[in-house]
Amino acid sequence: MRWFWVDRFTEFVSGSHASGIKNVALDEEVIDNYCLGFPMLPPTLIIEGLAQVGGVLVHEVFGFQKRVVLAKVGKVRYHAPAMAGDQLIYHTKLENVSDRGATVIGTSHCGDVLQTESELMFAFMEDGYLVDGPLFNRGDLLAMLRLMQFFNVAVTADGHPVPIYDNL
Amino acid sequence: MYPRCSHVQRLVERPEFLSLTNMQEDTMTLSQDEIFAKVQEALVDALGVDDDEATRDATLVGDLGAESIDFLDIVFKLEKAFDIQIPREELSPEDILTNSQYVQDGVVTSDGMAELKTRMPWADLAKFEENPRVQDFGNLLTVGDLCSYVDSKVNP
Repeated sequence: MRWFWVDRFTEFVSGSHASGIKNVALDEEVIDNYCLGFPMLPPTLIIEGLAQVGGVLVHEVFGFQKRVVLAKVGKVRYHAPAMAGDQLIYHTKLENVSDRGATVIGTSHCGDVLQTESELMFAFMEDGYLVDGPLFNRGDLLAMLRLMQFFNVAVTADGHPVPIYDNL
Repeated sequence: MYPRCSHVQRLVERPEFLSLTNMQEDTMTLSQDEIFAKVQEALVDALGVDDDEATRDATLVGDLGAESIDFLDIVFKLEKAFDIQIPREELSPEDILTNSQYVQDGVVTSDGMAELKTRMPWADLAKFEENPRVQDFGNLLTVGDLCSYVDSKVNP
């Protein structure tokens, strides 16, 4: 099952912030199945898209070594529906990070209009919890990042290209 | 330097504002009520409870329904609200509770209690000490304990 809820990274600064775009298209079944006659992207999938952008932001801080999961969704406000044909701009900002988890502030805009605000918390699964080993098969996350043009825009805090980490 | 708006200029020249800023520079202390208000706000946000539920006597797990993942959220919110760092072991003495030197048959020994009191001087351990089963430790902390912990950090 495809589970890509952001189309492209447009900005990424390690340890700071990341942005991406999501085009809402009618060829996704979920768009017209969610609310018949009102083709919209389900709000939960906007959260998922923000979590994918923000999750990579958190993941990269630790060189993609941690087992990062979205653990909690805090305050969320939806200001407007995301309709078929809309392009959403996702912005995520790393708010807190520790060796146990991280929090990210995520927003979605349609044009200049603020569409969603959210607070996301990520946790790091300890070794042996639920499953052993990494959460991705080797190469899968790298393929996803390439599809989303992550490496085209991702830079370190001092402006150098983010490397392709050996463990990806 | 940005030009200061006239209404801001008027505000900062008012005596009560000057006394407030002077007080902060002199002491930087927070009152118990200020600490409680911020802790309560963090808990309301993190746990989705009402103000009147997050009383000083309420236990985080039993009364407010906090789950393990919520503690990470609470820690982040407290760190931000009070501009402090909260090391994992200060609120979660797992290393003591899993150490066979301090726990026997699921019960914290007297040495273990002494260690807990040293680690968590801000917590009221009296009730736990009556029957110090490790399995009950998770439901020990109250909102008041959390306030005392923060107080120990911000008003050392």
